[in-house]
Amino acid sequence: MTVFIIRRLLQSIVVLAVTSLLVFLGVYAIGNPVDILISPDATELERQAAIARLGLDRPVWEQYWSFLINLAEGDLGRSFVFNEPALKLILQRLPATLELAFVAMLISIFVGIPLGIWAGFHPNSVSGRGIMAGSIVGFSLPNFWQGLMLIMIFAVILGWLPAGGRGDQGEFLGIRSSLFSLDGWSHLILPAINLALFKMSLVIRLTRANVREVLPQDYVKFARAKGLKSRRVVTVHVLKNILIPVVTVIGLELGNVIAFAVVTETIFAWPGIGKLIIDSIFVLDRPVIVAYLMIIVFMFIVINLLVDILYSLLDPRVRLADQRG
Amino acid sequence: MSKRLGTLAVGIAAATFAAMPAMAEDITIALASEATSVDPHFHNTGNNNQIVTHIFDALINQGSNQELLPGLAVSWTPNDDTTWEFRLREGVTFHDGSPFTADDVVFSLERAPDVPDSPSSFAVSVASITEMTVVDDYTIRFTTDGPYPLLPNDLSIVRIVSRENGEGATTADYNSGEAAIGTGPFTLVEYVPGDRIVLAANDDYWGGRPEWDQVTFRPITSDPARLAALLSGDVDVIGNVPTQDISQLADNPDVRLSQGVSNRVIYLHIDSRRDVTPLVSAKDGSEIPNPFLDLRVRQAISMAIDRNAIVEQVMEGIAIPAGQLLPEGFFGVSENIDVPQYDPDGAQALLAEAGYPDGFALTIAGPNDRYINDEQIVQAIAQMLSRVGIDTAVETMPRSVYFGRATGDENGSEFSLMLVGWGSGTGEASSPLRALLATKDPEAGLGGTNRGGYSNEEFDAILAEAMRSVNDDERAALLAQATEIAMADVGLIPTHFQVNTWGSRPDLAYIPRTDEYTLAMNVVRADQ
Repeated sequence: MTVFIIRRLLQSIVVLAVTSLLVFLGVYAIGNPVDILISPDATELERQAAIARLGLDRPVWEQYWSFLINLAEGDLGRSFVFNEPALKLILQRLPATLELAFVAMLISIFVGIPLGIWAGFHPNSVSGRGIMAGSIVGFSLPNFWQGLMLIMIFAVILGWLPAGGRGDQGEFLGIRSSLFSLDGWSHLILPAINLALFKMSLVIRLTRANVREVLPQDYVKFARAKGLKSRRVVTVHVLKNILIPVVTVIGLELGNVIAFAVVTETIFAWPGIGKLIIDSIFVLDRPVIVAYLMIIVFMFIVINLLVDILYSLLDPRVRLADQRG
Repeated sequence: MSKRLGTLAVGIAAATFAAMPAMAEDITIALASEATSVDPHFHNTGNNNQIVTHIFDALINQGSNQELLPGLAVSWTPNDDTTWEFRLREGVTFHDGSPFTADDVVFSLERAPDVPDSPSSFAVSVASITEMTVVDDYTIRFTTDGPYPLLPNDLSIVRIVSRENGEGATTADYNSGEAAIGTGPFTLVEYVPGDRIVLAANDDYWGGRPEWDQVTFRPITSDPARLAALLSGDVDVIGNVPTQDISQLADNPDVRLSQGVSNRVIYLHIDSRRDVTPLVSAKDGSEIPNPFLDLRVRQAISMAIDRNAIVEQVMEGIAIPAGQLLPEGFFGVSENIDVPQYDPDGAQALLAEAGYPDGFALTIAGPNDRYINDEQIVQAIAQMLSRVGIDTAVETMPRSVYFGRATGDENGSEFSLMLVGWGSGTGEASSPLRALLATKDPEAGLGGTNRGGYSNEEFDAILAEAMRSVNDDERAALLAQATEIAMADVGLIPTHFQVNTWGSRPDLAYIPRTDEYTLAMNVVRADQ
């Protein structure tokens, strides 16, 4: 298993190198950020000076080469518009996104799985059908529309919750987070629900389908025949066997929630990395875009690795071995 | 000095500064864009400038109509053609209590063009100064390279920082608050990138304590979300109210709207230089010589555009049709220019006269995320041009792609007819005339954004004369004359002036600013 992990990490370096090259060339091809960044009053000479200051006058391969050299020293470049290290900007905003993703995933798991199991056990009941109909609504309505409706209903009409922004952060064990303050939670709950609705629907449908598949299996029938309580049948025999696909999907979705909460973060003015990346794309802030995508790719690699390891724990038949071996 | 219009608005603005401690309270303002730094010299852009204006004063401050008001300088007079003497305000202290003197001015103006990694520096604003002489603590003399009447306008854009706190300070030191020590009406409490900027009233402000104890700026880039934040009471004031919501909000008793014309003209750059222009062809697709070289074709296009329809239909009435580069009332605009009349028959006649009785094919380009309703405006113009026989296709794109392509390379722009906007940062007519219409001359700093390649010797000569004239009346007349020449020549085609809308709680109002800034100083209590 150690060999497996090492090999996967080595592969990831290749993936990262390719990603950085693609993103670098891609952003370069879009255009010259100076034309958006520079004050319109600037003269041609000042424009040339700004291009030189940002190093954009050099050929693209030379820019890429110096990027790689800096990368080797752990420097992902400085943002054009913030004049701060790109990595620092991302790490500064990562906690906001992580807490949002964390709460959203908790909601989708702890609401989604029980509802999915219920719908699986009672496929023809009104409640079972209702859950399934709700899940269709959950993932077919556009994310931004759901977000705006949540704001309209809970912030504008009812006035229960704030319309956006990140609230006060409390401190617990040296960690500052919205999760440790009431005001923080009041700001967090709407965007978290917005982000969770789609995942929750996905989890419900996946869980139900698996439950339907597992229920007719012999071992479930046998467990029932043995006279086990239905509660034990569900938690031990059914749940454990449906978890593998659910864990795969949740793992990948966790990556998605962290990396691409762009719409939710924009609508709720949530100062996370999703909002950072979209703002950076608008002004072609290449160092931030490249650094962001490198981090995200790395994160997906790690998540996939963790999912693989988790498989082997959930299902003893899975062995983590070299594909070729 | 030039003093113009808007005495009423200025009067109200001045009243804001009057101390009213009994009613003091905190307000939250939501902006459509985010400031990327509180270093006043890092990035010369409206998003940042509007924030740093709260913390730092300039020698000369710009009022709501961009009129020049005494700031840290109480007077500024030309001693001769190339020397200006500025008398500084005495008794002003920085937020840390240290006194403001001429030395801080020298430090600031030296730092402004020279901040490392600046994506757009303030070099332009201080480029004319060749020498700074400190006469005494409260008198400073600037020598310019040749007569330069715009020095006061230019210096109104450069904020003054303290040498004591700013010596050796980086942009990061300003962002952390350590070096963000100014003389302005507010002090910086906290800058959290992407989330908020918190300011507190400066009790010792030389212009009187501001009305608001604490001001929080929050960037909410999504239009509906920003509006929702106002409707739910999360924020007290918002900038950039989307035009499509304005008619509905006008009837809402929980919201007050404040509107004012901006210094931003929306116009079409038209390729009047190259022999063959990229996005024009005959209707069968074959290459033709650039039709825009013919004045009659340019006139025809201007006549074919129904500016009133753009304002009424596309902008829902929230804009002003334009026939020149700045709205009336600004320094250097011409009183002799009318908004061109919509005349499709006349346009067709002119096209026929110019040898295009059946028109030609054209692609018009524009951004889709930069100006109010930009994409719809381009589409409307395309339909109007098609109506007079010019088959017009539309190409719009995000600004991150658009502006690079509009500027193009050494061969000129990638477009032939393109929608752009121009806000006059200095608040007078020479800014657009020099940048958009003067013959390209990088050395002299002229024609920097002349994407159409317009060039007219007579125009250049009059503009150059204006730029040498330190006498205000004379300069205003020359600028107006230059504008008349360029507009008669259809060097570019103005369509309308943007009108900006701010929304607030009903008991607050916003004094609109022509520079489109959203400032806490302009938020006032409304008369109920």
